[in-house]
Amino acid sequence: MDETSRASQAAHHAPPQGFIRNYIFSLDHKIIGKQYYGLALLAVLTGMVLSWLMRIHLVWPNSPVPGLKWLAHTSAPNGVITPEYYLSLMTMHGTLMVFFVLTNAPFAAFGNYFLPIQIGAEDMAFPRFNMMSFWMTFLAFCVLMAALFVGDGPPISGWTAYPPLSAVGAVAGPGQGTGQTLWGLSIAIFCIASLLGSLNFISTTLDLRARGMTLMRMPLSTWAWFITACIALLAFAVLLPACGLLILDRLAGTSFFVPANLVVSDQIQPHSGGSPLLWQHLFWFFGHPEVYIAIVPAMGIVSHILINAMRRPMLSHKVIIYSLMSLGFLSYMVWGHHMFVSGMNPLSSLMFSFPTLVITIPSTILTLIWIGSLYGCKLRITSASLFALGFVSLFVSGGVSGFFLAQPSIDVLLHATYFVVGHFHLVMGVAAIFGVFAATYFWFPKMFGRMMNERLGKIHFWLTFVGAYLIFMPFHYLGMAGNVRRYSAFVNDYLQPLLPVHRFITIAALATGAAQIIFLYNLIHSRFRGEPAPQNPWEATSLEWTVPSPPPWDNFAGKIPVVYHDPYQYGVKGATGDYVMQDSPQKIPTVPEEGRR
Amino acid sequence: MGGSHVVGAHAGHALEESPYRIPSKKLVMWLFIMSDAVTFAALLFAYGYLRNATPGWPRPFHFSPTVINAMIMTFVLVTSGFTMLIAMRAANLGNKAGALRWTFITAVAGIIFALLHIREWIGLIGEGLRLFQNPWGSGLFGAAFFTITGLHLSHVVGGVIALAVVAIGYQRGRYDAGHIEIWGLYWHFVDIVWMFVVPFVYLLNIAH
Repeated sequence: MDETSRASQAAHHAPPQGFIRNYIFSLDHKIIGKQYYGLALLAVLTGMVLSWLMRIHLVWPNSPVPGLKWLAHTSAPNGVITPEYYLSLMTMHGTLMVFFVLTNAPFAAFGNYFLPIQIGAEDMAFPRFNMMSFWMTFLAFCVLMAALFVGDGPPISGWTAYPPLSAVGAVAGPGQGTGQTLWGLSIAIFCIASLLGSLNFISTTLDLRARGMTLMRMPLSTWAWFITACIALLAFAVLLPACGLLILDRLAGTSFFVPANLVVSDQIQPHSGGSPLLWQHLFWFFGHPEVYIAIVPAMGIVSHILINAMRRPMLSHKVIIYSLMSLGFLSYMVWGHHMFVSGMNPLSSLMFSFPTLVITIPSTILTLIWIGSLYGCKLRITSASLFALGFVSLFVSGGVSGFFLAQPSIDVLLHATYFVVGHFHLVMGVAAIFGVFAATYFWFPKMFGRMMNERLGKIHFWLTFVGAYLIFMPFHYLGMAGNVRRYSAFVNDYLQPLLPVHRFITIAALATGAAQIIFLYNLIHSRFRGEPAPQNPWEATSLEWTVPSPPPWDNFAGKIPVVYHDPYQYGVKGATGDYVMQDSPQKIPTVPEEGRR
Repeated sequence: MGGSHVVGAHAGHALEESPYRIPSKKLVMWLFIMSDAVTFAALLFAYGYLRNATPGWPRPFHFSPTVINAMIMTFVLVTSGFTMLIAMRAANLGNKAGALRWTFITAVAGIIFALLHIREWIGLIGEGLRLFQNPWGSGLFGAAFFTITGLHLSHVVGGVIALAVVAIGYQRGRYDAGHIEIWGLYWHFVDIVWMFVVPFVYLLNIAH
C-alpha cells in the first residue's frame, strides 16, 4: 500500500512514553488485553463471593454472615441476608459473570492480546477504538458496581431483567428503583463498548494478516475470536435498543414492556398496552448468541492448546472452522427456547425447538473431533492441556442435558428448576472458565515472560475439576426433584428434604472457591518470581511463539513475518524437533494427514 | 490506485491483493452499518409487535400536513443522497473544491431535513402527542413514533456533524477522498433507513 498510510501507522506505533500512555490509556493491544484480563479477574472474584453469599443464605438463611453488615447495612441488617438481598446477589452474580467475565476474559482479553500476534499484525486495526472499548467496559463495570451500593437496594430482576417488574420502577420493591436503572445503563454502555471491540476484531482479521497468512492458515483460536466478533456485532446491536426502551419505560413513562391494568404493590400502574414478551424476544435474540460469545472462543483456545499437547493436528481443521461458523449462524435462530414457559404461542415453541436440536449437530461434531483426535495420541500433560480436557468433559456433561431441554414438552417441567441452572453453569459458565484457565496456563509465559508453577497448576486443576462436578451435578438432581430456582430459602416448605443436598453444594462451592486461592497465588507469584520463560516453551508452531516473551511493543520488532505453513505442523518427519513453525521457510514433505497419525 | 483506496490502516502484508479487499476504515463503516441496521430492525420489530397486539391502534395522520411534510422530507433526503454521490465522485476525481461544495450542500440538506422534522415534532406535540400518551388512543403510538423517528433524527444530526468535520479535515488535508466516501456510505444508510420509516411509521398510520 502507499507510504503515507504506512507512515501514519508507524507514527501511532511509536513506543509510548510515560506511565499513563504506557499502562493506563494505552493503545497497545497487549496492554489492553491485560487490562481486560484484570477487569475480568476483579469481576469473577466479586461474582464468586456473591455466589458464596447466595449459597450460604440458601442453607443457613438466618445466620449472620461475618462482615456483611458493614458492606450492606440496609440490605443485610446485622449481616443476615434478606430475601430481596438474595435476589440482588443473584442478579449481580449473573450480570457480572455473563458480561464482565464470560464475554471479557476468553474473547476480549485473550483475543486482544493474541489475535494480532497470531495473524502477524503489529496491532489492532484501530488502536483508539480498542482503548475506548476497554474504558467504556470499565465504565459499565463501575456503573454496575454502583448499583450494588445505592440506597434503595441493588437490582433484583436477574441478569435477564424481565419486565414488567423491572420496568415499573421503585413501586415494585427494593432494588427496582435506582439500582435497576443503573443496571440498564451499565448494560447499554457495555453494548457500545462491545460494538467497538467487534469492529476492531473483524477488520483486523480481514485486513492486517501477514504475507502468506491466508484465512485457512489462521490458528483455530483466531478463527474462534473472529467468529465471536461477528456474533457480537449483531447480538449487542439488539440489546442496546432493548435497554434503551427499558430505561424509557422506567424514566419517561412509556409502556413498551408493561401491560394495561397491572397491579403492583396494590397499585394499578399508569402504563398500558405494552408486552413483557417483547422484552423477552429482544433480550433473548441477544441472549442466545451471547452464550456462543462465551463458549466459541473457549472452543478455539482449547483446540489450539490440545493440538499443541497432542503433537498432531485435529482430525479436520476445516470442519472445526465450519462447525464454529454454523454455531454462530444458528445461534440467532434459537432464542425462543428460553421462552417455552413464557406464554408464547406453543407453535412458536415448536418452531424454536427444531433449530435448537439442529444446533446440537455442530456441537456434537466438534466434540467428536476433539475426542477422535485425542484417541491414541501421546498427550503432553500440562496444566493447560488438563484444563482443555476438563473443558471437553464439562462441555459434554453440560451439553447433554441441552438435548432434553430443547424439547418444549420436557422443558416446561424443568425450566423453572435447578436443572436449567445446572445445565447452563456447566456448559456455558464453568466450561468457558476452564477455557480461560487453559489459556492462562498456556499463554502466561508469553504475556509475562515467566513460567507458571506446573505443580500448583495441576493441583488447581484437580480441585476445580472435581469441585465443579460436585457443585453442579447435584443441581440436575435437585431440578428433577422439583426444586424451583430463584427462591431465597426453603426452610419451611416441601423442599425441606432437599436441604442436605443444598448443604453439600454449599460446602463444595466454598471449598472449590477457596481452591482458587492456589490459582491466584500461582498467578501473582509467577508474575514476579516464576522461572524466566523461553521464547517457545511449549514447542508450538503459531506466530505468537516466534517472538520474545513478552513480545516487544510492536510485536515483531519491525520484522513482519512471512507465513509459509498451515498453523499446526506437528509430527513432521525430518523436521528439527517434531514441528515446523508457521514462519519457517523449511520445506515440508506433503504427507496426507492420516500419514502423521 | 483510486482515491478511495488510500484510507486506513494498511493492508499491505497479505500474500496477494484480494479482489474482495477494502480498506479497513471502509470495512468498519460497513460493519457499523450492519450493526446499526440490526438496531433499527429491532426497534421496527418492537413497533410492529406492539402495533399488531394493540386493537384500535391510533391512525392520526392526514394527507395534510403529515404526508405532504413527509414527502418534502423524503425529497430533501433523497436529493442529499444525490449530492453526496456527486461529492464522492468529485473527491475520487481529485476535484477538491467540488467535493467540498457538494459535501456542504449535502450537510445543508441534512439540516433542512432535521428542521422540517423538528417542526413536525413541535406540531404533533402541540396536538397533544407525548412519549406516553396522545389524544387518539394507545400511548404506545407516541412512544414508537418518537423513539424510531428520534433515533433516525439523531443519525441525521450525527451525519451532518460528521460531514462537516470530514469536509473541513479534507480541506486542510487531514482527511482524503476515502473519508468522504466512507461518510457517504453512512449518509446513504441513513437515507435507506428513512425509506423504512416512511411507510411503517407514517403511511401505515394515515386516518381513513
